[in-house]
Amino acid sequence: MSEPSHPSSDWRRFIAISALLVIGLAAAPLWADRAGLRLLGEMYSLLTLALLWNLLAGYAGLLSVGQQAFVGIGGYTLFSATIFLGVSPYVAILLGIVLAALAAALFAPLLFRLEGAYFAIGSWVAAETIYLVFTMIPQLGGGAGMSLPAAVVRGIAEDRSTREFIIYWLLLAAGTGTLFGAYALLRSKVGLALTALRDNPTAAASLGIDIWRAKFWTYVGVAAAVSAVSSLIFLQKLRISPASGFSLNDWTVTIIFIVVIGGIGRLEGAIVGTAVYFLLREFLANLGPVYMIVLGTIAIITMIFARRGIWGFLEARFGWSLLPTTRLPPHEDKI
Amino acid sequence: MNVIDTLIGGLLLGGLYTLFAIGLSLIFGVMRLVNIAHGDFIVLAAYIAYLVIGATGLHPLVALLVVIPIMAVIGYLLQKWVLNRTMGDDDVLPPLLVTFGLAVIIQNALLAAFTSNSMRLSAGSLQTSSLPLGSIQIGLLPLFTLLMAVVLVIVLEFIFARTRIGRAFRATSDDPQIASAIGVRADHIYALAMAISFATIAIASVFLAMRSNFDPYSGPARLIYGFEAVIIGGLGSFYGTLAGGLVLGLAQSFGAQISPNMQILSGHLVFFIILALRPRGLFPKAP
Repeated sequence: MSEPSHPSSDWRRFIAISALLVIGLAAAPLWADRAGLRLLGEMYSLLTLALLWNLLAGYAGLLSVGQQAFVGIGGYTLFSATIFLGVSPYVAILLGIVLAALAAALFAPLLFRLEGAYFAIGSWVAAETIYLVFTMIPQLGGGAGMSLPAAVVRGIAEDRSTREFIIYWLLLAAGTGTLFGAYALLRSKVGLALTALRDNPTAAASLGIDIWRAKFWTYVGVAAAVSAVSSLIFLQKLRISPASGFSLNDWTVTIIFIVVIGGIGRLEGAIVGTAVYFLLREFLANLGPVYMIVLGTIAIITMIFARRGIWGFLEARFGWSLLPTTRLPPHEDKI
Repeated sequence: MNVIDTLIGGLLLGGLYTLFAIGLSLIFGVMRLVNIAHGDFIVLAAYIAYLVIGATGLHPLVALLVVIPIMAVIGYLLQKWVLNRTMGDDDVLPPLLVTFGLAVIIQNALLAAFTSNSMRLSAGSLQTSSLPLGSIQIGLLPLFTLLMAVVLVIVLEFIFARTRIGRAFRATSDDPQIASAIGVRADHIYALAMAISFATIAIASVFLAMRSNFDPYSGPARLIYGFEAVIIGGLGSFYGTLAGGLVLGLAQSFGAQISPNMQILSGHLVFFIILALRPRGLFPKAP
């Protein structure tokens, strides 16, 4: 407990290493081929979604099984706003953020009425409801979905490689932005409230933390961020259908496994989990259903034997902490 | 006439949804546990019934005599060996995430074993028989499903209110620590509750499988319907769950009259309306 949690001592070194890492990754178009860039981009997008879900479930105690709702909204808003309103993809992304936040703000007051575990399935019903509404709008192509016209795509950049670089950089920015944004958030006053919420909701409430508001803004903020990342993902995919946009498996099951295996309630957990997920996928993806069975089994074993995941285990064992969000109480007297 | 048709159809459908819901309602009442794999276990039980029928040639309803004990044992051991390890403190995440993992495992295991082709259990003449009621024909199988749901609700209410094991369930639900102090073993009681929940899963599975096609991915929708029925009815009473199932059946039935793709959506909308107007459900347990 007495780890040096005032960051100033390690602060400069930490900033320097992170900056080097980000610059190295930003230079990936120089050292990686097209497939490599795509793989990295996919890693950033899953890492971002994992960080966001971790904020919800690991800190605010909102175990959402319905995040695919906001992925679908982000993706579909990108396609429909660029096609029907003729706006640029960047404006469409902003519109998607607003729409996802509105949808979250609409459902949150209802879903928060569900006790603990029932919130999970409630959020799933909300996602199903939004999914069904999207399948019923004929302009959105029904079950077949829609494609992004070439003219819209050229709005980002004329030639293909420049476009791919830009999308890569946007995904990298989303990943690093979310990581450091979440870090800054958790070190702020709001973050302190969220951490208190994670550790002991009852005590947090008795200390005057408005649990409902903290949860509400986390839920709405995460929905907005999920929508933004989703727009980038589908900007790369160029096609969307209700099945892909609102996929429970792609956008929620995978993400939950990543966070649980890496370490729930720890920022580093999402990073470790994403790395483990992609490693496992390299070796096991051709096994088809067996791959998901293996992932599910690892997640269950983690939950039973090492509740804080791989990172939690390392943290407890070796006192590691990459992104320390713990703080010493003010005016602590050394005895 | 059409309205009455829709009404009766909705109530009968509600019987099936009550069967999906009753096991969820039970384990939540006893131990605040939500089994995300509930629907997937229903589908698993349907495949077990399929295997039993294939091996013995029994009628699905007779095969239940084999499927119910199998599922009850699975439920007991699942709770005893796996879920009990995740319970105890107030953290709802671990049990929820474990059942979430189970759901994904069951879906993919069934996919590997049986492919994604959908199948159905043949109920013989029960499937096609109907009862004339005035000018309306009532399908015998849906009617039997509703009767089964009502009987099950009454039996469970009786077990909870009048029997020794029911008292142990209620005591553990109120306070596991005090219950264990007076000699009730919470882990055993939890496992028994899960065994009963899984027995209802077996019943639900066979009635589902005689009535409609199922495949490895049919589980989540059954979980959602069961969950909606529980919340609409109000937590804490089996009669409430029955009422919730019937309301959901009616909502879907009338929704389907507007347009076929409105059926499921209307169920969801009624669920959210109830949540907005009566957050504790239609028939909450007295505080």
